[in-house]
Amino acid sequence: MKTFFRALRLSLILLVSCGLLYPLAMTGVSQVIFPRQAGGSIVGYQGKPVGSELLGQKFTDMRFFHGRVSAVNYNTYAKEDTVPDKDGKTAYGGVASGSANLAPSNPALMERVQQDLAEFLQTHPGVKKAEIPADLLTSSGSGLDPHISPEAARIQIPAVSRASGISTAKLEKLVSKHTKGRYLGIFGEPNVNVLKLNLEIAELLK
Amino acid sequence: MDWPQILATLGIAMLLVIPTGKYICRVINGSKTCFDPVLDRIDGFIYKVSGIKQAEMDWKQYVIALLLTNLVMTLLVYLVFRMQHLLFLNPNSIKAMEPSLAFNTAISFITNTNLQDYSGEWGLSYVSQMVAITFLMFTSAATGFAAAAAFIRGMVGKSKTLGNFFVDVTRLTTRIFMPLAIIVTLILVWQGVPQTLAPNQTVTTIEGKLQDIPLGPVASLVSIKHLGTNGGGFFGGNSAHPFENPTPLTNLLQILSMLLLPTSLVYAFGLMLNDKKQAWTIFAAMALLLAMALPACYFAEKMGNPLLAKSGLSQTMGNMEGKEVRFGIAESALFTTVTTACTTGSVNNMHDSLTPLGGLTALWQMMINVVFGGKGVGFMNMMMYAILTVFLCGLMVGRTPEFLGKKIEGREIKLIAIAILVHPFVILISSMIALLTPAGLAGISNPGFHGLSQVIYQFTSAAANNGSGFEGLADNTAFWNISAGLVMFSGRYISIIALLAVVSSLAVKKAVPVSIGTFRTDNPLFMGVLCAVVIIIGALTFFPAIALGPIAEHLTLWR
Amino acid sequence: MSKHPQKGIDRAILRKAFRDSFIKLDPRYLIKNPVMFVVEIGFVITLYLTFFPASFNEQGRQMGLYNGIVSVILLITVLFANFAEAVAEGRGKAQAESLKKTRKDTKAKLFDQNGQFTIVNSSTIKKDDIVLVETGDIIPNDGEVIEGLAFVDESAITGESAPVMKEAGGDFSSVTGGTKVTSDWLKIRITAIPGESFLERMISLVEGATRQKTPNEISLTMVLVSLTMIFLVVIVALYPMATYAGVKIPVATLIALLVCLIPTTIGGLLSAIGIAGMDRVTRFNVIAMSGKAVEACGDVDVMILDKTGTITYGNRLAAEFIPVGKHSLENLARFSLIASLQDDTPEGRSVVDLANQQGVKVDEAEYRSAEFIEFTGQTRMSGTNLPNGAQVRKGAGDAIKQLVTERGGTIPGDLNTVIERISKAGGTPLVVSVDQEVFGVIYLKDTIKPGLIDRFNRLRAIGIKTVMCTGDNPLTAATIAREAGVDEFVAECKPEQKIDVIKKEQAQGKLVAMTGDGTNDAPALAQADVGLAMNSGTVAAKEAANMVDLDSDPTKILEVVEIGKQLLITRGSLTTFSIANDVAKYFAIIPAMFTVVIPQMNAINIMGLATPQSAILSALIFNALIIPALIPIAMRGVKYQPMSAQRILARNMLIYGLGGVLVPFFGIKLIDLAINPLLKLLNMG
Repeated sequence: MKTFFRALRLSLILLVSCGLLYPLAMTGVSQVIFPRQAGGSIVGYQGKPVGSELLGQKFTDMRFFHGRVSAVNYNTYAKEDTVPDKDGKTAYGGVASGSANLAPSNPALMERVQQDLAEFLQTHPGVKKAEIPADLLTSSGSGLDPHISPEAARIQIPAVSRASGISTAKLEKLVSKHTKGRYLGIFGEPNVNVLKLNLEIAELLK
Repeated sequence: MDWPQILATLGIAMLLVIPTGKYICRVINGSKTCFDPVLDRIDGFIYKVSGIKQAEMDWKQYVIALLLTNLVMTLLVYLVFRMQHLLFLNPNSIKAMEPSLAFNTAISFITNTNLQDYSGEWGLSYVSQMVAITFLMFTSAATGFAAAAAFIRGMVGKSKTLGNFFVDVTRLTTRIFMPLAIIVTLILVWQGVPQTLAPNQTVTTIEGKLQDIPLGPVASLVSIKHLGTNGGGFFGGNSAHPFENPTPLTNLLQILSMLLLPTSLVYAFGLMLNDKKQAWTIFAAMALLLAMALPACYFAEKMGNPLLAKSGLSQTMGNMEGKEVRFGIAESALFTTVTTACTTGSVNNMHDSLTPLGGLTALWQMMINVVFGGKGVGFMNMMMYAILTVFLCGLMVGRTPEFLGKKIEGREIKLIAIAILVHPFVILISSMIALLTPAGLAGISNPGFHGLSQVIYQFTSAAANNGSGFEGLADNTAFWNISAGLVMFSGRYISIIALLAVVSSLAVKKAVPVSIGTFRTDNPLFMGVLCAVVIIIGALTFFPAIALGPIAEHLTLWR
Repeated sequence: MSKHPQKGIDRAILRKAFRDSFIKLDPRYLIKNPVMFVVEIGFVITLYLTFFPASFNEQGRQMGLYNGIVSVILLITVLFANFAEAVAEGRGKAQAESLKKTRKDTKAKLFDQNGQFTIVNSSTIKKDDIVLVETGDIIPNDGEVIEGLAFVDESAITGESAPVMKEAGGDFSSVTGGTKVTSDWLKIRITAIPGESFLERMISLVEGATRQKTPNEISLTMVLVSLTMIFLVVIVALYPMATYAGVKIPVATLIALLVCLIPTTIGGLLSAIGIAGMDRVTRFNVIAMSGKAVEACGDVDVMILDKTGTITYGNRLAAEFIPVGKHSLENLARFSLIASLQDDTPEGRSVVDLANQQGVKVDEAEYRSAEFIEFTGQTRMSGTNLPNGAQVRKGAGDAIKQLVTERGGTIPGDLNTVIERISKAGGTPLVVSVDQEVFGVIYLKDTIKPGLIDRFNRLRAIGIKTVMCTGDNPLTAATIAREAGVDEFVAECKPEQKIDVIKKEQAQGKLVAMTGDGTNDAPALAQADVGLAMNSGTVAAKEAANMVDLDSDPTKILEVVEIGKQLLITRGSLTTFSIANDVAKYFAIIPAMFTVVIPQMNAINIMGLATPQSAILSALIFNALIIPALIPIAMRGVKYQPMSAQRILARNMLIYGLGGVLVPFFGIKLIDLAINPLLKLLNMG
């Protein structure tokens, strides 16, 4: 019984110190030293917050570069998606993350890829099937992947240029500008932040 | 650049082993460290408030203290989950957790498994993320580590006692987990992991649509999630989520955090035993098993998905389904291998979408459950296999087997048998039940052989206290919540109790001096035999399941 | 070494073993061997399915026939295991039979309170009764001589035909029931209760009737049972998994897989190995009181050996004649011979032998009548007074010197040098004089038994330290120790000090073996982890020891240690082999189970087995055949060579581990090639 009360008291004190003091202290410190990152690395456009530079967004406008397939639609939705339908369900189910968790052998995966592939070939004339980088048509793990591979960006350049009127050379330059190499030249993969790239395009389109 | 970055990561991890091991040894032994002036006062305060006398415990007292503490914590956390809608710090208006899910989640986190049948975005309020999840991430890791410390003391031991559980948990928390967590948290925030109490933010995108941006005290959770090899994510996407793991640097940091303590513990064991060669032998066996799994996973993923290749999508990038562009195949395969080796269970890519053989390597490591392991459990399991190996080898050289000078006799073998049996028993029996009940079958989301893999993976992960999942499995149902809860519980405590009983009985035995007639347990031969025993027992136990799951999927996928 | 020739397995044993293998099918008996018990249950289930193949709604060609074949193979598997055990027991029994012949029901002369004896049946003799045995009588039970002196023929138990002298008190006071008095008489107090005489216990030990599982066997059984349980769960869980994957596995196939996986090989041979190990010890004429004692031998770290009788022949023997002064070697030899002709001590005889070897001859008849002077503690010399008055003496240096000086003789200058040299070398100088003349010195030497140096080297190779205990002075002890090659010695050691030596070693965690015969050895024998008593020794010593050597040859402990090790090694090797076999069996059966529904699974049919049914049956047949194939190894024990544990491990791992993985691949493939045509004939292909 003595052991039980010791266990209880120790549990409570650890709960307070590890569960409250520690995260609150870390929040306080972080807000002071890294206020932008601690708040979600929000990026603004024309003075208004339009997203987080770390989270991908769903782009449908052909003038913009498109990101990867997302099982949660990047938590991007329209107002009407929150209105319940007759079953009480909403098209947008609330903030989420993750993927559809399709197994490589799942026919649904093949169907989705084939469908997206056909659509991509249609919207991006001149692109050959074999040239399409796999990341563009596969769903990301988080559903919020802010990046695409540089190849995936380049393959979209002709289509974006056609829709936006920005020259392919200019777009090439923008893509290169937003291509981030490996960390220390070793870690990770080169990538392009779609939101930041599109923000710059939006600036040009103004 | 794939192998350079993998090898660089492992190289850095290796460099950290010796200094960290030395420090761990000091903490476990109660020797002086440079932080004593400050930390002794904090510890003293904690002892005073909790009424802890720093008396030595025998194995039974130690186990009772461990179980009672874990019980109390589980109940506290269960209450928090059930009442989170009433508590403070709930800016996103999360509702109370349903009982079976709260049961599963509480057990999941107290057992250091961190299997998540919920997603943080909709399942937990900030206060739950902090006082339930973050709290248990510290204490469950400290519990496991304390058990390992007691185990080592017994192994090395000259006395019957194994230390004091309360003191161990306190010292490990204040001297290892807390300082490291603070450092890692700050680096994570710097890299972009949110740390705020502000509610989720809704923004209007440049296309005029709305986007919800989830926020919360993320960094303070993610840091201990890896240091304590817990693995439960703040968000559903876990370490694939850009807010949990935004950059290759954070990815590197998280991999190193996972490896840091499990690898160093083996070295600390050598220091405590005063036999570094023995420790390096165990270390090498673990490293060898990891070295077999890692390339298997990498090449399987690099080969891509033949079905997609057939439908025309180039697979030169590898199998990118469920993976993040910033990590690619190399960092994903490395993360997967390390997280399943270290019983962490966090993921930076979706394991359900791994190729069959890639998924198999993850599954395999959890099945053998001896490669470094989290917070000492992998180490204890490896020692368990070492004792079994010693038994077989001892017979083969014609001596009653002895390990570290202690004779292995009937009682130890009986307990070891229990500890070894638990793992396959709970995995196979629970899988069987799931496959025989409609409620179990209802969870399967991928058709064919992969569906079987999902079931086996779920219970293997639960039994190994890993926590990663083939997350397609619809596991937030009463059946899956409760069954996995029970599996996690048995996977955690039965083997800890059995193994502590083993060392306590070894501790009182007189050490036998080494002679030329003793076979040495600190050389490559023993390491090889140990690996062979682990692989053969693992393979014999799980081969039918593996054959019908991943192997059948692989063979049919590739025709 | 062994006086009983190694008995082969004769026809009678095989016939009996064959019958016993069926008797042992009794489940009440078989449950003691859990692994084989599982096989028997499998047999019963498949037997049922042979006649009622539709019980589980299984479809397929010739299901009943297939189930029948599986069931027959399972039965044969159990029979093979039983057979192995029965053969081992049979050999022990054969040995016991020869012992039993000595246990005839005889009469005994029992004393009553009045000191009168009555003739009763031996079987009615109780403990503490006092009996009289005279020439030609059989000693009714184990006992202790309290009066008298007699020669006893112990050949019944030792095989040694020369009668042994027994007398009250001292180290030769114990007699064994069943032995025969050849001369004189003895009064004996019986020390054993009827039916528990040494001989009877020996018989039951040898028969294996009272065999208990040793601690090591229990641990190993634990491992085997765990493996069996794991595989049971694997198989049970496989059924729903396969069903989910769309494969319906016949129950007989599941049972076949289970039986292939559980360690039937070692499970079937385990008790045979234990019995055969004891049997090997017995064949060395050593009776182990328990299997535990034999196993403990394998663990021995230190061996404590008496110098006298174990390392050297009990007595010092003449090795050289060294003349002094102006005397010739021949003269010295001649007088030494004359002085010793009537000396019946081993030393005396050895002098005669040495002189004869050197070609010195005297007319023995001439000296027969001469007066012999016995050795006494006071004079410390012995010799012969010749008819012509000459007094030939041999004796300790100072005693002879004193004698010679007293008679006015002179001591040759080189005498002291010779004496000193011999003493330094650990020998005993025996000075020979005739009247006042010193002729020279006989060099008496402790002679190390032949072959011992080799044996000690073997012991060192397997990490056993040898410690020699001797009452000699440190100088002598050091010489013998060096010559024999023992690692350490304890000089001037009284028998009762041995226990301290043992305790000292044990305090360091070592296991100690020792041999002993005298009563004062009993505490040390009891203290030692392995105590080997000489049969010629006292009852107390035998009771205290856990092994008794019927030949009373103390060096036998070396063999027993090797047998103990070999016993464990055999067990370990066959266990490893058994488990390693499973790998190949999986590769045979798993693809066979699934290829019908999942054709791609044939990719892991790496042996290229013809058909699923042939694959399953081949694995099962291999599993059964491997048991009798390994019986010889189980009986004989795995080949054992003394070398470091490291090398033994590497070697056995290679043979039984790697070999265990590879052999079944070939074996199963061969069986598949053989039976596939048969199965085709049966329309099962």
